[in-house]
Amino acid sequence: MLGYLARRVLLLGLMLFGLLCITFAISHVAPGDPARLAAGPDATASMVEKIRAEYGLDRPLPVQFGQYLRGVLSGDLGRSLRTRETVAADLARYFPNTFELVTGAMLLAVGLGVPLGILSAVYRDTWVDQLTRVVSVSGIAIPAFWAGLMLQLLLALHLGILPLGGRLGLMTAPPAPVTHLLVVDALLGGHWRVLGDALAHAVLPTVTLCFPALASIVRVNRAEMLETLKQDYIVNARAQGVSELRIVARYALRNAMIPTLAMIGLRYGWMLGGTVLVETVFDWPGIGLYAVASAVSSDFQPIMGVTLVIGLNFMLANFVVDLAYGWLDPRVRSSMSA
Amino acid sequence: MGRAVSSGSAAAWLAEPQGAARELRFYARVFARSGASLLGLGLVALFLLLAALGPWIVPYPEDARGAVHLDQKLQPPSARHWFGTDEVGTDIYTRVVLGARVSLQIGLIITLLATALGVPLGIVAGYVGGPLGETIMRVTDVFLSVPALVLALAIVGALGPGIVNAIVALGLVWWPGYVRLVQSKTLALKGQVFVEAARAVGTGRLRIVFVHILPNCVSPITVKASMDMGSAILAAAGLGFIGLGAQPPYPEWGAMISHGRNYLPTWWWYSAFPGLFIYLTVLGFNLLGDGLRDILDPQSRG
Repeated sequence: MLGYLARRVLLLGLMLFGLLCITFAISHVAPGDPARLAAGPDATASMVEKIRAEYGLDRPLPVQFGQYLRGVLSGDLGRSLRTRETVAADLARYFPNTFELVTGAMLLAVGLGVPLGILSAVYRDTWVDQLTRVVSVSGIAIPAFWAGLMLQLLLALHLGILPLGGRLGLMTAPPAPVTHLLVVDALLGGHWRVLGDALAHAVLPTVTLCFPALASIVRVNRAEMLETLKQDYIVNARAQGVSELRIVARYALRNAMIPTLAMIGLRYGWMLGGTVLVETVFDWPGIGLYAVASAVSSDFQPIMGVTLVIGLNFMLANFVVDLAYGWLDPRVRSSMSA
Repeated sequence: MGRAVSSGSAAAWLAEPQGAARELRFYARVFARSGASLLGLGLVALFLLLAALGPWIVPYPEDARGAVHLDQKLQPPSARHWFGTDEVGTDIYTRVVLGARVSLQIGLIITLLATALGVPLGIVAGYVGGPLGETIMRVTDVFLSVPALVLALAIVGALGPGIVNAIVALGLVWWPGYVRLVQSKTLALKGQVFVEAARAVGTGRLRIVFVHILPNCVSPITVKASMDMGSAILAAAGLGFIGLGAQPPYPEWGAMISHGRNYLPTWWWYSAFPGLFIYLTVLGFNLLGDGLRDILDPQSRG
């Protein structure tokens, strides 16, 4: 297991380097002059030149790349023209909100998706199965931002049972920051009213974001359960009189979970992408909204910062999934450390 | 997602001497057995028709060219305006139908760009292998490690908003999936007896790739391309929605939803109908992809 771990860590470092190459390429090599972008739309030619020299943008590309790497590794991601803060400070402020949203949506997707997948497989071709499959195909096809808008229209604007958007109501003061995760902080401080308000604001974005992931988790889990339930060892267990519940929950699920886990890792990344749209709909103060607001005002360095943070998160999620994989399936472990 | 054809009888059926017509009939039978596949085919056919005939079948073709009827602004759906009208009195049904051509074109261009980049890279990585293949695969992994939409956002951020830049950005981030798919398929084919035999009789590399490898990759590529048409349309609409893709008054569905959002909740039809059309288009391509997989690539059926 240790050799496996070491290889995975090495791979993670390599991937991170690759990601930095991509963000560097987009920001320094793509058409569109970074000095021009950094100077803002109203800058004169001499101001642009000054910034070009200040940021070292007149030096050869390899030198610039070295500068860029040193900057990123020491936590310097540049400065936002729009918020006038460093990108690192902005990200530290907005990231916890995104983390809360994505984690909540993923928990919901796994919590609903795995049982639905099992039910769909066990009651194959009954109405339970048909209904689940309709939901799962729709979940992938429905535009999340549109679904979010329609939920807003129905539940917030017409029925008025949930807030329209934002992280907290105007009249609610945020709790003292401990973890910077609002729900956790409210819980720690015992601020029940704040907790209720924070959760009420989280319902619609979480449900909207969870839907596509839920759909693919159901799909994969159903397919894998069907495949596993056909195996000889299941037939054998059944012949020996092992209860159906035990067969499904203990024998089949463990094997079916391996591909499902891979899907969860993959979907986590998609969710980080989807959060850009969902945060825009619900005015959720996370890094997605931050990236969109920056992109719309051609504020370049924040977008690169968000890309790095999301890429890093996705890589870490897949790293965890890989470890879980190795733990669940000894064959993976041995083939990787060989 | 049809039920599995019992493999014994299908194999026997296929083993009989057969012509292309007979094979086609077999495929059609498998495909038609699934209501979902037929629904997908129907939806895709419908939207292709809308895209082809759009300007001739919409009730108010002049509304797509910036016509203004302020006396008819923001009317609810009615017999005259099926999907209602927008803030300058333009018929939303007209604009949504004309949007089919825009979205299908966007999806097609992105998918073509992605296959044009991804398939050759995948074949080189799988067939040539070695350090070159390894490098291609690692680069692919890095691209796969950032959600396509986020990377596209970064590229559009660098190039500036607009529909052409959005298409370029999405095309540039969409290819890695094809590299993975084609590389693994090529690796599997490379070990097959018929490829080895071709090599043994001295067939050149290029000929092996074009005659033996590529034709056998066509089925999985077709299935993936069908699914990707749907997801590319969805992603482009997402960029349109956040204001980085097509700009209004261009009849693009995502941009229409974004614009109509300012008129919620009273004038709900403005955002509702373009979204419904996105959903049905993407649903169609996904179901069609599922159906194609059932007949072309039965082993990987999920």
